[in-house]
Amino acid sequence: MSNIVTVFKRELSSYFATPVAYVFIVIFLLLAGTFTFYLGNFYERGQADLLPFFNFHPWLYLFLVPAVGMRLWSEERKSGTIELLLTMPITMWQAVVGKFLAAWAFIGIALVFTFPIWITVDYLGSPDNGVILASYIGSFLMAGAFLAIASCISACTRNQVIAFILTVVVCFAFLLAGFPLVLDFFSAWAPQGVVDAISGLSFLDHFASISKGVVQLRDLIYFGLTIAFWLYASAVVIDLKKAD
Amino acid sequence: MIETRQLTKRYGELTAVDGISFKLEPGRVLGFLGPNGAGKSTTMKMIAGFLAPTSGSASVCGHDVVDDAIAAKRMLGYLPEGAPSYGEMTPHRFLEFVADVRGLSGAKRTQRIDDVIERLHLNGVLEQPIETLSKGFKRRVGLAQAIVHDPQVLILDEPTDGLDPNQKHEVRALINAMAKDKTIIVSTHILEEVHAVCSRAIIIARGRVLADATPAELETRSRYHQAVSLTAANVPAAKEALSKVADVAAVEIDPQDHRITAFPKPGRQIFVAVNQALQAQGVAVSELQLESGRLDEVFRTITQGSGQEARA
Ligand SMILES: Nc1ncnc2c1ncn2[C@@H]1O[C@H](COP(=O)(O)OP(=O)(O)OP(=O)(O)O)[C@@H](O)[C@H]1O
Ligand SMILES: [Mg+2]
Repeated sequence: MSNIVTVFKRELSSYFATPVAYVFIVIFLLLAGTFTFYLGNFYERGQADLLPFFNFHPWLYLFLVPAVGMRLWSEERKSGTIELLLTMPITMWQAVVGKFLAAWAFIGIALVFTFPIWITVDYLGSPDNGVILASYIGSFLMAGAFLAIASCISACTRNQVIAFILTVVVCFAFLLAGFPLVLDFFSAWAPQGVVDAISGLSFLDHFASISKGVVQLRDLIYFGLTIAFWLYASAVVIDLKKAD
Repeated sequence: MIETRQLTKRYGELTAVDGISFKLEPGRVLGFLGPNGAGKSTTMKMIAGFLAPTSGSASVCGHDVVDDAIAAKRMLGYLPEGAPSYGEMTPHRFLEFVADVRGLSGAKRTQRIDDVIERLHLNGVLEQPIETLSKGFKRRVGLAQAIVHDPQVLILDEPTDGLDPNQKHEVRALINAMAKDKTIIVSTHILEEVHAVCSRAIIIARGRVLADATPAELETRSRYHQAVSLTAANVPAAKEALSKVADVAAVEIDPQDHRITAFPKPGRQIFVAVNQALQAQGVAVSELQLESGRLDEVFRTITQGSGQEARA
């Protein structure tokens, strides 16, 4: 446990050691605001909730989370520090989880900075704060799932640009897993059971279900398992690819 | 203590390390020599637990590096090739991080960190991001990181590469000072370093051990072992005198500085005889030296010889 904390602290402070972290947070807030107020007609709807704000989160994450996650392992491999990290007395699992949690916490920090929007609606009307809190939790979980995918893909290559692009593609597929675009691709040849299973993997469905205000166990399990699966895959990939 | 048994690593078709076995006791410093691409770094990576061997095994203080990896890694300090470190961190933060992962805490942690900062002269650069340091300082940070927890076993891949002559000297002194109770492996391309720090040298090429001996034993394999070199004003006269000594097999003159070298017949000592012959002939000599052997020449003979065999 203490090893995870040590790796976590080093990783998180490394985000803030360069201006990149601040640039990222500013961009995140700008985009979140722009989407909400211009595209989401925040004021014109005349409703006191944050639906327009949260509706855009999946699309915001589609690009911003891969940008955070792309360096997770590609950079370690490129700079050779992976050799240092993995010859210290820590397990692969501790390294993978510690680094992942740091990146997740970083996104969490960016998310926390959107609180003025919540304060605004709370001031203008009387929103259901339970729903908003649930949506925040759902949004954070979804970011974690995106990030776990990013972790695994960044372990596959030492090139951050490739890691970024591949992660966006894979995340996009997971976002739209419940939509005809993805399902048609499978229904042509896969049995119905598989197609149903794939549509059950959709990030959007699970996120939407949480943001209705009920944090259901099945959605928590879904995101938990997704994160665990991709982190496990990260560890396997790192083990296979660390030599080259 | 380090032990390897038939340690082998293959990358697809290429066998980078081919059945290397050795055993190294505490108090010994092993020098790993070999041409570029010989498999030195690959061997070290396997002992450090970074790469899994394709076959064979290695253990550190009795802990197998694969089956008992964490225990083995705990015993170990490792400087990887190129001394990688987290560029955005300062040396101070970086050393604190390593100390934390290595389980140091409290006063011990502060004391050990201060100690390595002192030993590697990092005081002036402590708060500067590592990526802005010069190559030599990066290497020193890497060394500091490897010894901060005072490990029993040290694996250093080219520890003095990129250091200035003063620092080379200090790092060698540092290794010598630590050698008493530790087991140390260093790889190097600097043959004088083998003399300065190693009590044993292994020469490998193409992944195989070609020689495993003390530096002094390696020198006896040199053509120059027990040869006598001298500088004389009258070169032809000196050559003439040397050729007449019974046990001298050959006399060579360096085309550049006209230094004369007399090689003995195998197993013979010629120093006294040469000295007498020169005096008897009245040849004035400005300098006279008994050679112990030249490692670079031994290195060349051993590694290039094997290359031809392997190709044939
Ligand atoms: N990831 C890899 N994939 C394929 N081949 C590799 C890989 N890493 C090393 N090799 C090959 O293994 C061989 C041994 O490499 P190694 O780095 O151990 O050499 P070395 O003795 O340390 O050389 P140097 O003196 O240049 O540091 C080389 O032929 C190298 O090309
Ligand atoms: Mg090497």
